[in-house]
Amino acid sequence: MGEPVRVARERELREVIELSEGSVLGRVMPYPKEVEIRGRISRDLIEEISRSKGEPEWMRLLRLRALETFEKLPAPNWLEGVESVDLDEIAAYVRPKVEAAESWDQLPDWLRDAYAKLGLPEAEAKVLSGLTAVFDSENVITRVKEELKKKNVVFLSMDEAVKRYPDLVKEYFGRVFPMADHKFAALHYALWSGGAFVYLPPGTKVINPVEAFFLIGGEMEGQFEHTLIVADEGSYMHFIEGCAAPVLKKFSFHDGMVEIYAKRRSEVHFTTIQNWSGSIVNFNNKRAIAEEEASVEWVEGSIGSRITLTYPTTVLKGPGARTKNISIGIANGPGKIKDVGAKAIHAAPNTRSLIISKSISSGGGIATYRGLVKVLRGATNSLSHVQCDSLILDKESRAYTLPRNEVDEPTAEVTHEATVGRLGEDQLFYLASRGVKEGEAKAMIVSGFIRDVLRGLPLETVSILLKVIELEFSELGSVG
Amino acid sequence: MPLSVNDLHVEVEGKEVLRGVTLRVERGEAVVLMGPNGSGKTTLAYAVMGHPRYKVTKGSIELDGVDLTGLPAYERALKGLALAFQSPIEVPGVRLGYLLNMINAIRVKGFDLSYVDPRFLSWARAKARQLGLSDEMLEREVNVGFSGGERKRSEVLQVLAMNPRYAIFDEPDSGLDVDGVKVIGEAIAEMKRSGVGVLVITHQASIADFVRPDRAYVLNRGRIVAEGDYELVRRVLKEGYESFLKEVS
Repeated sequence: MGEPVRVARERELREVIELSEGSVLGRVMPYPKEVEIRGRISRDLIEEISRSKGEPEWMRLLRLRALETFEKLPAPNWLEGVESVDLDEIAAYVRPKVEAAESWDQLPDWLRDAYAKLGLPEAEAKVLSGLTAVFDSENVITRVKEELKKKNVVFLSMDEAVKRYPDLVKEYFGRVFPMADHKFAALHYALWSGGAFVYLPPGTKVINPVEAFFLIGGEMEGQFEHTLIVADEGSYMHFIEGCAAPVLKKFSFHDGMVEIYAKRRSEVHFTTIQNWSGSIVNFNNKRAIAEEEASVEWVEGSIGSRITLTYPTTVLKGPGARTKNISIGIANGPGKIKDVGAKAIHAAPNTRSLIISKSISSGGGIATYRGLVKVLRGATNSLSHVQCDSLILDKESRAYTLPRNEVDEPTAEVTHEATVGRLGEDQLFYLASRGVKEGEAKAMIVSGFIRDVLRGLPLETVSILLKVIELEFSELGSVG
Repeated sequence: MPLSVNDLHVEVEGKEVLRGVTLRVERGEAVVLMGPNGSGKTTLAYAVMGHPRYKVTKGSIELDGVDLTGLPAYERALKGLALAFQSPIEVPGVRLGYLLNMINAIRVKGFDLSYVDPRFLSWARAKARQLGLSDEMLEREVNVGFSGGERKRSEVLQVLAMNPRYAIFDEPDSGLDVDGVKVIGEAIAEMKRSGVGVLVITHQASIADFVRPDRAYVLNRGRIVAEGDYELVRRVLKEGYESFLKEVS
C-alpha cells in the first residue's frame, strides 16, 4: 500500500506570526506538537492513530471497519467545494504538546491565552455547568462543575469514555449516525479523535449548559471530533458547541460528528456557534434519535469557515416525538459557501417538526438551504413546517433554497414557506445618513433578520451569536 | 463657520443635474430652498449627504471649514450633518426604536448591537409622542407600513436623535395634514433656536410660517437663480414658479 505513514514527534512549529484584525486569534499560532500523523488514509495510518491513543481492541476494529466502508463508498457528487480537499495531504491526527488539564492554570500559557481571548474561562465561570475543550485532535481541558457531579451526570472526553465506560459507549457509539451513511461519515469513524461524551441519568435536569469547544491551531490538519449525548428518560440538558481557528495560509479540514440519543420524554437542546476562520472546510455530521414524547432542538449558528456543509437531522422514532431545527447561515465573502439545512424523519404517529432556516449571503458568498422532510407511512397525524428566509446583501452574492418533501402518509400535514429579501444601495445610504457604516448596517439588518428565531433561545446563545455577527461584518465596516 | 456648498456640479448616471450650486447655511439659521419639480433639490440634498450614486464632478461641500466632498455619508453624519428624507425607504428587520438606540450608541459608545441606553430610549419615547408617534411605532420596522405622516414624523425624530449641527429637511411637509405641519414646523423652529443650521426644501407657505426662514434660495435647472429673505419665499408662493422664473431670467 504505497507511501509510508509520516509520524512526526515533538516537532516544534516555528511559524511567522502576522497578526490580523480579522480573527480574534490572528494568524497561525505557533505551538509545540507531540505527535503528528499524516499520509495516505490507509490501514497503517489508522493503526498508528489507534496505537498512539492506546485504545481498546474493539475501537481499533471499529476504525478498520470504517476504513473499509470509506474505501468502498463513492465520493458524494452533490457537494460543492469538498472535492478541493486532498485528504492525503492533511494531518489526520495532531496531538499538541499539552497535558490534559482539569483547571485553567494547569494549561501552558500560550494555550490559556488563546482560550482567554476567546472568552472561554469567563463563560465557564459564569454560565456553564461543564466544559471540555478540544485542541487539534485531543481534549486539553475538561471542567466538571458541582451541578454535574451532584446529579451523577457522566461528562468527559470521548476518548476517556471509551476506556472508562466501554459498555455505554459500545451501546450507542455509531448507532445514531451509521458509518455507511456517506463517505465522510465513514472517514470520520476511521479517524475520530477527541470530543465529548454525556450520559444523563433518568430524570436528571441539568439547568446550566454544558459546552464543548473545538479549536484548530494549524493548517493542513484534520479535526474529527466525536460528540455523543445519551439522554435517559425524562432528562434535560442544553449542550453548546463552539468552534474557532486562527487565519491560516492554507486550509484545514473539519469532519466532526454529533450523535444524540434522546430517550422517552427527554429534552435535549443542542446549540452550535460555528465561527471557524475563513481557512476551514467544515463538514459536520449531526443526527439525533428522539424516542416517544422526546424533544430535540438544534440551533446551528453557521457564521465562519470557508465552506460549511451541515444538515442536523432528527429521526422522530417514537410517537409524539418533536424537533425544532433552527439554522442561521452567513456566507460572507468571495468563495464562501454555506450549504446548511435540516432533516426531519417522521417515523411514528403524532410527531412534529419545525424547521426554520435563515440564510444570509454577502460579499460574493453563496448560501444554500438544503433540507428534507420525510414522513413514513404510518406516521399518522404528523405535522411539519419548513420556513426558509434568505437575505441577500449585495449583487455579488447568491442564495438557493432546495427543500425536499417525501410524504408517504396521507394524514400528515407538511407545509413550506420561503422569502427572499435584498439589501440595496438606497437602504445602505439611508442608514449611512444616520452615521451607520456599511458593515454596521449589514450587522444591524442581519440581526434584525434573525431576531424572530433568537426569541426564545437561551440568553447566552443570543449574546454570543450577536457578538460573532458583529465581528463577522466589522472588517467590511472598516473598509466603509 | 457655516455649512457651505461651493460651485457644486453633480452627475447622476452620467447626466449633469447640478450645474454650479453655491449656498450656505449658518448655525442657528433657517434657510429655505425652493424650486420647481426636477430642478435638482433632492439631488442637492443627496449630494451634500454623500449618496454614492450622486457624483460630484466639480466644487465642494464644507461643514464648519471641514471639506466633506470626498467623505462617505456615515462620516458626514458623524461630523454633524443630518438629512430627513422626502421619501424614506423601508428597512425591513430593523425596528425604529432599535435604529434610534443605535444612532445614540454610535455617538456615545461606538457600534454595539447589544448596547441599550434606557435614558436615551425614554427621551426618544417622549419625543416621539410629542411628534405624534405612539410608543407602538418604535416597535415597528423602519418605514415598513408607515403612513406618509408617520414617515415624516419618524424622519424628524431620527434627525433629532442625531443631535446634528446642520440638518436638511427634504419636503418635510408634503402629504401632511394641518396638525402634522404644525408639529413638524415647530420641531424645526425649535432646532433652529437651539443653534442648529437648518435647510428646508419646501413648496408650502405654512411650514415656512412656522420655521420663519432667515434666507431663501430658488433653484432651477441645477442652478441657483434667486437669493433673498423671507420675502422671496412669499413672492414665489404668490406668483408661482412659472411667472417668477420668467421674471428673473
